[in-house]
Amino acid sequence: MQNLTHLKQLEAQSIQILREVASEFDNPVMMYSVGKDSSVMLHLAIKAFAPAKPPFKFLHVDTLWKFKEMIEFRDNRAKELGFDLVVHSNQDGIDMDISPFTHGSKTHTDIMKTQALKQALNDGGYDAIIGGARRDEEKSRAKERIFSFRDKHHRWNPKSQRPELWSIYNTKINKGESVRVFPISNWTELDIWQYIYQEDIKIPSLYLAKEREVVEYEGTKILVDDDRVPNDLKKKAKKEWVRFRTLGCYPLTGAINSKASTLSEIIKEMLLSKSSEREGRLIDKDSIGSMEKKKIEGYF
Amino acid sequence: MIDNLQKIEDYLKTHENKDMLRFLTCGSVDDGKSTLIGRLLYDTKMVFEDQLSAIEAESKKYGTTGDKLDLALLVDGLQSEREQGITIDVAYRFFTTEKRKYIIADTPGHEQYTRNMVTGASTADVAIILIDARKGILTQTRRHSFIVNLLGIENVIVAINKMDLVRYNQEVFESIKKDYEKLAKELGIKNIDYIPLSALDGDNVVDKSKNTPWYKQKPLLELLDTINITKEIKEDDFRFPVQYVNRPNLNFRGFCGTISSGSIKVGDDITVLPSKKTTKVKSIINAGDITERCRDLTTKQASKGMAVTLSTTDEIDISRGDIIVHNDDKVEITNSLEAMIVWMDEKSMNIDKTYDIKISTSIIPIQFEEINYKIDVNSYKKTKVKTLELNDIASVNLLLTQQILVDNYIKNKEMGSFIVIDRVTNSTVGAGMIVKANKTKIDNDENIFDIWNEKKKEINTESEILKFREKDIVFLSMGQNIGYEQYGKGEHFLRPVLVYKKFNKRTFLGIPLSSKNKDGSYYFSFNYKNDILSTANFSQIKTFDIKRAKYKSGTIKDKDFISLSEKLIKLLKVTL
Repeated sequence: MQNLTHLKQLEAQSIQILREVASEFDNPVMMYSVGKDSSVMLHLAIKAFAPAKPPFKFLHVDTLWKFKEMIEFRDNRAKELGFDLVVHSNQDGIDMDISPFTHGSKTHTDIMKTQALKQALNDGGYDAIIGGARRDEEKSRAKERIFSFRDKHHRWNPKSQRPELWSIYNTKINKGESVRVFPISNWTELDIWQYIYQEDIKIPSLYLAKEREVVEYEGTKILVDDDRVPNDLKKKAKKEWVRFRTLGCYPLTGAINSKASTLSEIIKEMLLSKSSEREGRLIDKDSIGSMEKKKIEGYF
Repeated sequence: MIDNLQKIEDYLKTHENKDMLRFLTCGSVDDGKSTLIGRLLYDTKMVFEDQLSAIEAESKKYGTTGDKLDLALLVDGLQSEREQGITIDVAYRFFTTEKRKYIIADTPGHEQYTRNMVTGASTADVAIILIDARKGILTQTRRHSFIVNLLGIENVIVAINKMDLVRYNQEVFESIKKDYEKLAKELGIKNIDYIPLSALDGDNVVDKSKNTPWYKQKPLLELLDTINITKEIKEDDFRFPVQYVNRPNLNFRGFCGTISSGSIKVGDDITVLPSKKTTKVKSIINAGDITERCRDLTTKQASKGMAVTLSTTDEIDISRGDIIVHNDDKVEITNSLEAMIVWMDEKSMNIDKTYDIKISTSIIPIQFEEINYKIDVNSYKKTKVKTLELNDIASVNLLLTQQILVDNYIKNKEMGSFIVIDRVTNSTVGAGMIVKANKTKIDNDENIFDIWNEKKKEINTESEILKFREKDIVFLSMGQNIGYEQYGKGEHFLRPVLVYKKFNKRTFLGIPLSSKNKDGSYYFSFNYKNDILSTANFSQIKTFDIKRAKYKSGTIKDKDFISLSEKLIKLLKVTL
């Protein structure tokens, strides 16, 4: 008897986690951020509950600065698969006209992402929030539980985390408390890509290289995705062959030069790459342990 | 990993067939554990340049290795602990080779963190125990080995590290190996490999070292790639804890879960526990086969580790927490069990308190009946204690408020493990491993009627009937009864009953007996068979069906029967 392949094992474990959430919580929600990890999570959710539809909502926190294509892709997927999509944006931020170009990445992320997420979670009254974080993404994530406990204020306290043994998850919480659940904790970036390849999962084409209009901004190349890019920057924009390793707010997501226009070519480039996935995300660069601080504040 | 990829498709094919191995590293702060993990990540090209340049900068600030790159900094995580220079939780790391994907559970070696090591060990297939070549076996080596063995990890790699500091001396290696063999024998650990290592310099980590020509075995990474972790799947121990009931429409009802052991195929006869209802498998939906193109959803058979959805031929009531087994599988069902437990909470165990356990997909209130002994992880000495403190490991007896299927941990890790949850704080306060099922306990008011009801159903279907005559004393399943009505004892709720008047082949008027000597007009005491003193209790006289009989115990002497009868008639005589 042969063991299941690593992807089959990872898949079975993630499905077990998703079913546990559906069984044990009253009002779970899956975060859907449109990226490749979200695409894998959506695929796993479809599998876990087939032939039924996933028995929970999908939440997208729209900062209103996401790549245009992400929004189109999101709406198409929701239509095709018929899942229950909830989109939330922070109205206060909209009123303040928050922009990463004028207010900076820190303020923008705090208001349009962290605060918006808190609002969406409070509005929805969700008791389990399923997220796509992976332990290989960043050092402080390596210790994150699969069921990560949050107090009434969505705060993560390293001391109140429960030990997780075998595949038995303690899902008990008191009123007002919640858990963040990370079903793909044990997947690496390579696993994600291989799984997308193997299962033929749809992803936004921003991951594939194409000639796009980009400009240097705070040390990375960003896409000129719409008219909100300041004029002085727009003037310097030029066409280059680029793709994105992660997807988020376009002014905060660095493009890399690449000619990899197919999935297998991306995987090849990834395997030969000399820099890590998060390098393209501007929010990590503040200081060592910045993720850790963000997590305590309530960022995913 | 790879230097040039001419044929990426070939590469992806190879990597699609990889399996997965989870291992645990045990060692103290100074054993070079973080350095070893850093080395494995570095040498398998899991470290990117931006991370390297970050640790180069950090090496200057926090590093302890002088001019050499401090690889330990790749893995030492949270800011607070980095400043303290110790690791305070379980961290999971990943790397991959052509053969396997690896998940490392990186746990600290301090005594107060037994909890973390147990957590890391619970999911590991292999344990690497690090020993500093200069120091040999220490107390912590004994502790690590004990926990590895307790958690049922079958493959142990003893990595004798810092060989560079003992000039790669073979004698040092052999002497530590000999000492460890003694320890392993004491614990009963069987599959052990020994490797002389220098994590700092990379000796025998990926490639065989030129510094240890006397070492003829595989280097660490090759050993990990080839170590056998495949367990034979036996047909006869199918266990499927129902996790979720899937009912998209009136035409389909599926039972979702992950197969804990064994295998199942369409058409198999299955029993649902605890209801004992039987049915057949109608279809199996293997989640693993559904793709975007929606290829075939169903499969003919499935086995251990797969997350599937079963549907049955009959509409029977199945819910979360039920366990599906094959009809002919041997199962032990009880409400009482013996387990090894690791206490994980700052608050000590309160033996009078009700806790919950979560076992497979059930949450059950329990009580700790007894702490048999506490075992010291360093000396392996057993002591009798009244309570358990954080990081204590003990043998306990548990009384459950319901009957469950019990498998022992060594045979089936998935079914034999549980966590203990505090019902007020909801925290996970303990981890348990079932040693064995105890006999069903029925002195528990909460569930005794449920147990008896189950028993009653069983007795009613009994087709074998005991032949009996008047004057016989038979042990009957009396059951649990109301108020002062007499009840039975033990697993079968038994009590001896004297057959006073036989009405037909099946029913009779019986007088329940007890072993207590009692005086008065309601009682008659006598001896039978080896002078067993029995007292017939006239107030409990009633009609019984012989189906309740478990066995015949003896016969009352004629003269006693006559005296008894006279006394009974006198009592029953009604005067107006």
